Amino acid sequence: MNTDHDSKGVVLTPEQTKSRRQRNIAIGLAVGFLVLLFYAVTIVKVGPGLFNRPL
Amino acid sequence: MAFLEESSSVPGIAAISAASPRDYIALLKPRVMSLVVFTALTGLLFASQHVNIVIGFASLLAIAVGAGASGALNMWYDADIDAVMRRTCRRPIPTGKVTGREALAFGLTLAIFAVLTLALVANLLAAGLLAFTIFFYVVIYTMWLKRSTPQNIVIGGAAGALPPIVGYAAATGQVSLAALVLFAIIFIWTPPHFWALALVRSAEYGRAGVPMLPNVKGADRTRLEILLYSLVLAVIGVAPFILGFASPVYGCLSVVLGAAFVGFAVRVYRVRDGDGANRCAMRLFGFSIVYLFLLFAELLSERLIALAIAFVR
Repeated sequence: MNTDHDSKGVVLTPEQTKSRRQRNIAIGLAVGFLVLLFYAVTIVKVGPGLFNRPL
Repeated sequence: MAFLEESSSVPGIAAISAASPRDYIALLKPRVMSLVVFTALTGLLFASQHVNIVIGFASLLAIAVGAGASGALNMWYDADIDAVMRRTCRRPIPTGKVTGREALAFGLTLAIFAVLTLALVANLLAAGLLAFTIFFYVVIYTMWLKRSTPQNIVIGGAAGALPPIVGYAAATGQVSLAALVLFAIIFIWTPPHFWALALVRSAEYGRAGVPMLPNVKGADRTRLEILLYSLVLAVIGVAPFILGFASPVYGCLSVVLGAAFVGFAVRVYRVRDGDGANRCAMRLFGFSIVYLFLLFAELLSERLIALAIAFVR
């Protein structure tokens, strides 16, 4: 049983669209920051040892 | 996180969250987080050994996120209380900006992430202590003590007092007397700080069904306990100097601030009626924040100066 709602799919209000975009940007920035942080921590913790390992 | 619900009350409109990042930040209780960072940093710098700045920063971030997760889980569980109290009714869950399920998922995710991160960047002791702090605040304090005993904030205060120990453990992998003294200062400071506010807001706490000391034992008994805790705090506040962890400058500052704290508590004890009583309680509440900030700021400054001198040499 098809309805008008089904054919249009999910309909977002302008407010929902705006807040979802803001959340996506915030999550993206947080993930990017964490990548940099974990990279820096890895270099600090195992950096010198990384270059002293036998091949 | 369940941003998309299965059904919506409005046909054709999906029940997608309209919460902004600001609402999620509010769930973390940023002001509490800033205090946690401040005290945990003091604990971290109390360590005699050198801490790499990247490791120190990552550890502090994990502790801060752990504290924020506790706040989110607290707001999830206490949404019914928050909705009927003036101070908390504008929080994201009572206003409908964030659902309880979203707050629960957000808090649990951050809590697990913070503990694992601290285990990876620092050590297992610090991570275990952070996990215990979150558990103590959410389960022991929020779910159990807060609604069942007027001693809720006395015992629950341990959760707020643990960050310096977590910070010290992150730096050293152990717990020392110095870290325990910092814990004791915050632990003893918590009851007079919250009871001063509870004296003024006792009707609100009563409506919300939270058994704070003024509601259960009465305002006079609360005033007496505030005074007794303030006397103990004035002594413990000097302990870092007496035990050799802080300079004579800190010693003098802690004596003066401790005497002022007792002075404010005496005013609360003596002025019991009318607007004057509420004013005295709110002055003590305000001063208690200044007291803790100045003591830890002095301790932090002394450690930073010592580190700067060691770096120059």
